[in-house]
Amino acid sequence: MTARFELDNVDCRYGARTAFETGKLSIAVGELTAIAGPNGAGKSTLIKTLAGLVTPVHGEVRLDGVALQRFADRERARRIAYLPADSRLAWPLIAIRVVELGRYPFLKPLHGFTEEDGELIKEAVQRAGADGLTERRFDELSSGEKARILLARALATNAGTLLLDEPGAALDPRHQLAVMKVLKAEAGRGVCTVFAGHSLELVSRFADRVLVMDQGRIIADGPPQEALSPYVLSDVFGLDAPRGITPPDWALA
Amino acid sequence: MKDTRLLLILSGGCVLAGLAGLLVDGFPLAALFAGDETAHLLLIELRLPRIALGFLVGAALGLSGAALQGYFRNPLADPGVVGVSASAGMGAVAALYFGFSTLSALVLPVMAIAGAASGGSALLFIAGRGATATSLILSGVAVGALANAMVALAMNFSPNPWALSEIAYWLMGSLRNTSWTEVQIALPLIAAGVAILLTTARDLDSLSIGEDGARALGVNLRDLQIRLIAGTALAVGAAVAVAGAIGFVGLVVPHLIRPLVQHEPARLLMPSALGGGALLMTADAATRLISGDGVPLYLGVMTAILGVPFFFHLIRQTGRLAP
Repeated sequence: MTARFELDNVDCRYGARTAFETGKLSIAVGELTAIAGPNGAGKSTLIKTLAGLVTPVHGEVRLDGVALQRFADRERARRIAYLPADSRLAWPLIAIRVVELGRYPFLKPLHGFTEEDGELIKEAVQRAGADGLTERRFDELSSGEKARILLARALATNAGTLLLDEPGAALDPRHQLAVMKVLKAEAGRGVCTVFAGHSLELVSRFADRVLVMDQGRIIADGPPQEALSPYVLSDVFGLDAPRGITPPDWALA
Repeated sequence: MKDTRLLLILSGGCVLAGLAGLLVDGFPLAALFAGDETAHLLLIELRLPRIALGFLVGAALGLSGAALQGYFRNPLADPGVVGVSASAGMGAVAALYFGFSTLSALVLPVMAIAGAASGGSALLFIAGRGATATSLILSGVAVGALANAMVALAMNFSPNPWALSEIAYWLMGSLRNTSWTEVQIALPLIAAGVAILLTTARDLDSLSIGEDGARALGVNLRDLQIRLIAGTALAVGAAVAVAGAIGFVGLVVPHLIRPLVQHEPARLLMPSALGGGALLMTADAATRLISGDGVPLYLGVMTAILGVPFFFHLIRQTGRLAP
């Protein structure tokens, strides 16, 4: 499969502390890649490095074969949609305005949204399952509804790469499952989808590939059953699971 | 244009406020229509420039307040509260004190703008991006305190009581003795500041989802900061240079208008400029109406008396909402 991201001896630091380092790492188009690991393992840093928000002190991140730094801010924003872990909004905007932000990288100065923008916004709302929420005020939505709106915002960019930092955090199982289904569908459309997540059950059920991180390094890399081996589970997560992680079989009722 | 109606209503408000400023305080309307030369001069040379300057200063303050609030994602940001006005005052007082202002009419506004720019940069440096209400206000207090200390120092060493009272009265903020010269100086500078601030509109929208989110949407934060500081410094610096320190317009106006534009930072900008103009012209007309003979009420005092209750209200409200 074609590589979307290629990382080469990357070292990211906050001050003197190394937050994330890796040798060679490549992430493919059309795969759902999960990043798992305990708190402070460097999951967010890896996502931000891929998004171009953290610049490595050493090494290179390439997007479609071109160094990420060489992209202009707007061009990078058109190719990569990033969903931050922080789901708070500074102002109580109408929800559809939040979704529309996803089209901002494409707006020409002094021009409004084109017909195409409108179509993509509508489509993103549908794909994220946020119909019926768009005219409500963001601060009056429940956490699950907020997550759908923010997900729709990321989808509206219609980028070839989707990076999500804990998209299921603070959601109940039903909403988590719904979000995972959306991500799986995006990967199925050929979008390079990478998410950081805490729910090992969902990761093992949906991800094509899991990167397990601990203390800034990638400890295991592979399909869920391989990467989340009993050894890794006890060593990294401090969990005693002799039979590994069993993907749950519950579904949306 | 989504807000055509709002903008039309606010423009109407500006016209009414302008008319009020024209007619208040015993304007000889009948004499003007009778073709009286003095009444004509009074209109053209005294009343009109004062109204025009009131609008410009109000628009500069209202827009700067709206842009600062959008950037800091905090409704307490206002050029006065965060110390930018005081810094502009420091620059202007330095020009007065060292006598540079006699060199050219442009020296005072240029130094006020430089002062505002240094104050704004210091604020960004201390408060950091995405400042919480507390860190923003504390940084503003620090920046403002330093600027005010410098002004006090200049007043301390002022050569004579006349210069001292000149500085003191000027700091209170007023549109008295306005001529077209002040308008000529302020107009291009404020217009430039306004134009720069309006370019931040979409970036301010993007910032609603936080700094990382905005950067991922292609916003260059450093570039945005430079435009924000340059625009605010030009607008507020020029306003302070011609009218002194007039506070709280940038706080009150965006607060009143925000619900009318569904809290959208970008849509807040233009209406805040018009609303600021209308508010300041109204406040100026009111000061003239209230002032007795020989006891002028200062505009800066008036806006502070009106604005402080709003400030209290906002502090209580944001205290409840955010850390």
